[in-house]
Amino acid sequence: MKPFGTICFAVVLIAASDHFPKFVLYRSTHFHELRKVMGTSKYIDSSAAFLFEVPGSNSPLVVQELQIGGTGIAAATEIPPNERRSGYTFMTPDTQAIQDDDTANPGMLWVLDGESLWKNKAGAANKSCADCHNDASTTMKGVAARYPALDKTLGRPVNLEQRVNLCRARHQEASPLAYESRDLLALTAFVAKQSRGMAITPDDTAELQPFIAKGRDFFMKRQGQLNLGCTNCHDDNWDKHLAGSAVTQALPIGYPIYRLEWQSMGSLQRRLRNCITGIRARNYDYGAPELVELELYLMSRASGMPIETPAVRP
Amino acid sequence: MTSALINVPKKAKRGDVIEIKTLMSHIMETGYRHTAAGQIIPRDIITSFTCRYNGEEIFRADLFPAIAANPFITFFTVATESGKFDFEWIGDNGFSETASATISVE
Amino acid sequence: MRNSEGSTRRQFLGIAGSAAAIGTIPVVSLRPVAATPETMTAAIRNVIGSAVVRTGKVKLDVPPLVENGNTVPMTVTVSSPNTPEDHVKSIHVFNEKNPQPNIGNFYLGPRAGRGQISTRIRLADSQKITAIARLSDDSLWSVTADVVVTLAACTEEVI
Repeated sequence: MKPFGTICFAVVLIAASDHFPKFVLYRSTHFHELRKVMGTSKYIDSSAAFLFEVPGSNSPLVVQELQIGGTGIAAATEIPPNERRSGYTFMTPDTQAIQDDDTANPGMLWVLDGESLWKNKAGAANKSCADCHNDASTTMKGVAARYPALDKTLGRPVNLEQRVNLCRARHQEASPLAYESRDLLALTAFVAKQSRGMAITPDDTAELQPFIAKGRDFFMKRQGQLNLGCTNCHDDNWDKHLAGSAVTQALPIGYPIYRLEWQSMGSLQRRLRNCITGIRARNYDYGAPELVELELYLMSRASGMPIETPAVRP
Repeated sequence: MTSALINVPKKAKRGDVIEIKTLMSHIMETGYRHTAAGQIIPRDIITSFTCRYNGEEIFRADLFPAIAANPFITFFTVATESGKFDFEWIGDNGFSETASATISVE
Repeated sequence: MRNSEGSTRRQFLGIAGSAAAIGTIPVVSLRPVAATPETMTAAIRNVIGSAVVRTGKVKLDVPPLVENGNTVPMTVTVSSPNTPEDHVKSIHVFNEKNPQPNIGNFYLGPRAGRGQISTRIRLADSQKITAIARLSDDSLWSVTADVVVTLAACTEEVI
């Protein structure tokens, strides 16, 4: 069975086959239709999947499996530790230069906001973060490097945003900050920046293992109208492009990031929700346990890599 | 709340050409985007940026919607004397922000 | 590469591209009126009058292929002695295909020391950018650069 439309897009890489011309014409009239794949004789007609480059004519089965849904067993294996690369290495030098310079990195605007918020008194208890945590450059060192972490009271992992809000509720008697609000992004950026350069060291308590496993399952399973699992792109095709964008390895070591596409700062959950929308799968609310478990798994994937917050990404 | 990030050398020798980097927090809404309902989101940009060195204007810029969000502007000036740089951003909807930085020139 | 498939694919990419662009901002119902090479020329006339513009002396540093059209780093450098007698008065930057032809006007002067400015700009599409410098003797010099802009792969829901 010939591999399908993905090849036609990568015509520069592969010699065109005699099936090619018919196929391209068909695609251009049906690009808006999404068809669920039922078996090996049909193909998915979808704009996002269509834009994949093909691994090579010597691996048609991988392409088939990618598009068709295979037999349900993900052929993917996680990226070997010594092949892991930060998203930074996929960017052009001009974009890297924006991240490198603290005086030019727009993410620093949020970090500096966070620095003042750290000292603001809040809530019925009229306390600031500094009142308990003193100088963040000492006390917050290493914190972001081990988050998401287990919250003993809740008995489940929480991410940095949730930790800030738990602190607000429990110690400041203040209302939670909304997800993706400027204040919450500023505080998490400020806290995470204190770990910049430090190796990610996930919490290895036994209680977290089942949550990491759930996160891994989410990463591996195919879902949505495009029937894609995170692993299909980020483990199998990270060295390729989706349209004009590099795919990268899904190693979230610089969050919250200043994303050029957003022209603003944003959290890892915002990015995850974008991706989930991108594969046309059912999305989750901010703070949903599924998203926190996925964050937890992703950080364990990045174990040992240095924190880059505030990172800049396209 | 921090709105601006300024980078000016703290010290310089008289006659040195120094680089000044400025980063201002602003959405720079272009006025060409629409809401889901089809209404235009009104323009909201910084229109003008000025830098004064001990009161005398040394640099000015007119900004248009094509300037990216959180405008980053760098320029140069000759360090002539110790003193103060005053920066001013003016924009739509009465936007007005200032910042300053000092320099010691020997 | 076969040209017929190429143009079909290009059409498809054009449609998919605008579909992607539509998704990345809070849903666009119409494409905004875009500038054209003619409006850029008119905008240039507006700023510099009908004086003669020569090419040279100005360098425009912009990535030939941008990572993201929302934030494109740009540096304009004018070669000049930068003395009170011979310096750069102003730099004006224009584009062809954004909804508006102007990007920015930068006023330097005798105290600048170096005729160079940097900023980050937005480019809606692959297009030409033109930078024009006015020197202290009111002579005008220009340079044009071609920039390729790709669109983001996946659309984003409004958060």
